[in-house]
Amino acid sequence: MKNNFYIQNYCHVKDGEVSVNGKTVFKTSETDFKLVMKAAYKKLIVDYPKFFKMDNLSKLGFLAAHVLLENEKEKNIALILSNKASSLDTDRTYQESIKNAEQYYPSPAVFVYTLPNICMGEISIKHKLYSENCFFVTDEFAPETLSTYANELLDSNKAEKALCGWVDVDNGKYNAFLYVVAKKGTFVHSEAEINRLY
Amino acid sequence: MSKVYLSHNNIVSSFGFDSISAIESIRNQVTGLSIYEDKKILDTPFCSSRVHQKELQEHYKALSPNEEHTRLEKMMLVSLSDSLKKAGIKLTKRTGLIISTTKGNIDVLENESPYPESRAYLPALGEKIQQFFGFENKPIIISNACVSGVLAIAAAKRFIKQGLYDDVFIVAGDLVTQFILSGFNAFQALSTDPCRPYCKTRTGINIGEVASSVLVTNNASKTTDESVIVLGEGSCNDANHISGPSRTGEGLLRSVEAAIQQSGLQATDIDYVSAHGTATMYNDEMESIAFGRANLSNTPLNSLKGYFGHTLGASGLLETIIGMHSLHQNTLFASLGFKELGVSQPLNIIKETTPKNINTFLKTASGFGGSNTAVIFQKA
Repeated sequence: MKNNFYIQNYCHVKDGEVSVNGKTVFKTSETDFKLVMKAAYKKLIVDYPKFFKMDNLSKLGFLAAHVLLENEKEKNIALILSNKASSLDTDRTYQESIKNAEQYYPSPAVFVYTLPNICMGEISIKHKLYSENCFFVTDEFAPETLSTYANELLDSNKAEKALCGWVDVDNGKYNAFLYVVAKKGTFVHSEAEINRLY
Repeated sequence: MSKVYLSHNNIVSSFGFDSISAIESIRNQVTGLSIYEDKKILDTPFCSSRVHQKELQEHYKALSPNEEHTRLEKMMLVSLSDSLKKAGIKLTKRTGLIISTTKGNIDVLENESPYPESRAYLPALGEKIQQFFGFENKPIIISNACVSGVLAIAAAKRFIKQGLYDDVFIVAGDLVTQFILSGFNAFQALSTDPCRPYCKTRTGINIGEVASSVLVTNNASKTTDESVIVLGEGSCNDANHISGPSRTGEGLLRSVEAAIQQSGLQATDIDYVSAHGTATMYNDEMESIAFGRANLSNTPLNSLKGYFGHTLGASGLLETIIGMHSLHQNTLFASLGFKELGVSQPLNIIKETTPKNINTFLKTASGFGGSNTAVIFQKA
């Protein structure tokens, strides 16, 4: 396997904390997902009210991508995201709205979020990324899949950089780990290194 | 760099349980769409194409399963078993499994489902498919809205090129469910008649269901008569809107350009375009703009949605398999339902099934989230 690429920066969002390259940039004692997102938005995003129309998965992915991309100049950045629950968190909400004839209120605004890749659409819109997208669903974090796919996109010059990682929301639990793969950077883009940072 | 081929394939659809049954019907311009009355799915009649339940059960039982599988798993198992049998390949560490689906076993969320909610997790479905056939590798599941099926082909090629696998089996499938129909109905996008992509009189989309499967391989000796080489691909975002397609067709254009550039061809070298064509106003219009910008306005083009409806995460793979057979039979299949152009930019829609020497085709798809994928194939 070739190993010409590096991890430029990375971030975590979990347990009420947002960190970039291991350094905390936001922390709250809140445990409710929506309140955590609201507080993190006020500190880190500030001026993107569309954030509040997003579903939980998109909020989480958007926030994690925001802290890595806010000062990024490169626009040809592939998005290669993954999780376990797909969009099940919103699927349950949607299914609830159609479960019986007496309470049948299917909403297009909810239905559209019943796809995991919508999260990448939201990131693409904000950062004007007309770039490669792919969403993988795996039972656990799978660095081999992500790194192989990223290497191919960079090797074939389809992307200059790749924003990769894990963004999962399920039954109130949430976890995001995103990293930018580039031709220069701090950490070697290897499975071992990705696992260490995860 | 060695070539990557598409080879043994299967289509489980309302037409039957192999690719040929679907190809024969399409060749004869016969639709698989009809009106269904099923109040569990929608309280009004809807136009769809569905896999026959009784025959599916017979094909499934013939595989001697030792546990009960969900309806979607049955469709996928039946489809993949046919491709595996025809390929006759020993499954090793060098054999990958890619599963393409937008909603998987979403019907287990319904109150009456006999399956636990945990079956709605896509990895649970993946594990059932992997275990049934004994794949050594965990499946790679792609869930990327309506481009999933053709993106799965691009991904298989990319994994093979990086040396992760020599062979990859892709199986794609999605169901007609209450979940999906109610959603498209809420968007007021459903047509109660068979859909008419690109036609002035189009009235919206139909949702259908299929499972399809294919072998992707780097070994020329594992190919079949209808095999094609995967020449180039791209999968770019519109960066415009999460549910509405771009008005400029930007993401689709960029995907097509990336595929063309990698293929080493010119746009004018493409003999046929198998487009997305859902028969919604916005999608068809967006495609006409993107194809115009890509210099493909004169290239013979069809949408196969008039035969199956939109089969979601399976559609891109389904329509690629039909494209393979179209090339092999040197026949352009009619874009069923089309009469008069109803988009702003010119398109060369195939009105009647026509014999023609064709070597190269472009498959495209577009979906929610601003997703688009384009892949170029050539006769092997």
